[in-house]
Amino acid sequence: MSKDRSSKNTMENSGLSADEQLLFCNARPEPYKPYSIKAVEDFANWARANSLWILAFGTGCCSIELRPLMTARFDISRFGIAGRPTPRQSSVFIIGGYVSVKTLKRIIRSYEQMQGPKFIIALGSCPANGGMYFDSYNTINQFDLYLPVDMYVTGCMPRPEALLAAIMELKEDIKVGNCDGANRYVENLDWYKANQKKVIKNWDMPDYNW
Amino acid sequence: MIYASMSEWFGRVGNFGLTLLIVTVYGLLVGALIERIIAKVQGRVGIPYSQPFINIAKTFFKRTAVSHGIMFYLGPVFRIAGGIGTLAFIPVIYGSEMFSNFSMAGDLFLVIYFMFFGQLGMALGAGESGHPYSAIGIARGLSQMTAYEVPFALAVISIVIQYDTLSITEIVAAQQGGWQNWTVITNWVATLAAMLAFLGMTGYSPFDIFLAPQEIPIGPPTEFHSAYLSFLQINRALFGATKLVLFMNLFFGGATGWVELMIKTLLIYMVAIVVGVAFPRFRVDQGIRFFFKIPTLIGIMSIVYVQMVLA
Repeated sequence: MSKDRSSKNTMENSGLSADEQLLFCNARPEPYKPYSIKAVEDFANWARANSLWILAFGTGCCSIELRPLMTARFDISRFGIAGRPTPRQSSVFIIGGYVSVKTLKRIIRSYEQMQGPKFIIALGSCPANGGMYFDSYNTINQFDLYLPVDMYVTGCMPRPEALLAAIMELKEDIKVGNCDGANRYVENLDWYKANQKKVIKNWDMPDYNW
Repeated sequence: MIYASMSEWFGRVGNFGLTLLIVTVYGLLVGALIERIIAKVQGRVGIPYSQPFINIAKTFFKRTAVSHGIMFYLGPVFRIAGGIGTLAFIPVIYGSEMFSNFSMAGDLFLVIYFMFFGQLGMALGAGESGHPYSAIGIARGLSQMTAYEVPFALAVISIVIQYDTLSITEIVAAQQGGWQNWTVITNWVATLAAMLAFLGMTGYSPFDIFLAPQEIPIGPPTEFHSAYLSFLQINRALFGATKLVLFMNLFFGGATGWVELMIKTLLIYMVAIVVGVAFPRFRVDQGIRFFFKIPTLIGIMSIVYVQMVLA
């Protein structure tokens, strides 16, 4: 990866000290293109839709709704969905409820480490409009200012069935190739980064966490 | 081994490719079946049988991948080379020219070497990823491997003495002619030691501390993703099925057809599954102590048994 600090293809990483900058990759991510053969892309989308691995990172109280889905009553593994403990291997990030500024930083780090295509489901009212925490000093109100959201499930809290329905709809969207949140993020990276840095005051990480 | 012609050599390689394909697909299907059995125990339905194949396609078709260096690339390659190498020297179907692979005199040593090789390659690759949980997983996995290799090696030495050969084909040949000739009957002490070691080899609980999804995010392969991970997934199925075939050959009389092979290997695998769903996880020090105590003693007893009783 490039260590050149002045090029258009690199990130500034100004939140890090000069010594630390040498430790991190500073390349700017690029949007990916679909496979040129349509049948290959369709097959890949079908495989992606039928094997969704959810990052095991409960960011708020709504993530408690994930547990019934995993166990005997709903058994989400029937649909090819499994929990995955590491962001490197997972493809779905479920934002479980309110997002405090402190958590947002961790969410960004985890999301950027996931490998594309990656999808975000925003669960509950709080990521959509702040919900009952709309006037809180330390939670954000509108999550898609900071990361691209593919599917919303509103409610406080939503039932597990609602989340299951959202995942099913996400699968249909992936199959037809509509879910391109990861590309939207990379194409509008400067806008997203500006929004993120507006709320995260102690930005002591690289601009893009490879 | 000397081949009469180039075309014969290509034929052997082609046959091995076919064996490799069958064993890998079988390993993936058995993996799905086992997942479904575990799910039934927990009152769930479980994954579809096609799920392991879809997972591999999914990880293979990921659009991005980051690298941590050359060893990081080579880790999965070494791992799958270990899996293929292990299978290459095991005769899968007894009496079949086609599915004997590259079995030869002394292949048992090569097989045991290759079983080590993959794990060590993986340790190097995962080490370069730089993730602290990878390092913890490797430390635990390798120490557990050292522990279960002791009873396994003792059991292998015991049957090598018993049959006076290092060729797996000859060991299988000596067990033909009915179940009363199987090693599990003639040398049950060695089989017991090896089956206890087998529990550690499969990595189900109580010996799954090195994977530990909740505590150290799945251990050594934490950083592996995209196509690297699809290699590891393929190898997991291939290597798992290969170990089953090896155990079937050494202790349960081998197989003369694919149906016999599938029934026998599934039953051997069920031993690990029944223990796995029934017992909670050992800590790494408890696991190592376990292997160094009773299974090792049984392994030593099996050598004594061969020398005193069978000689």
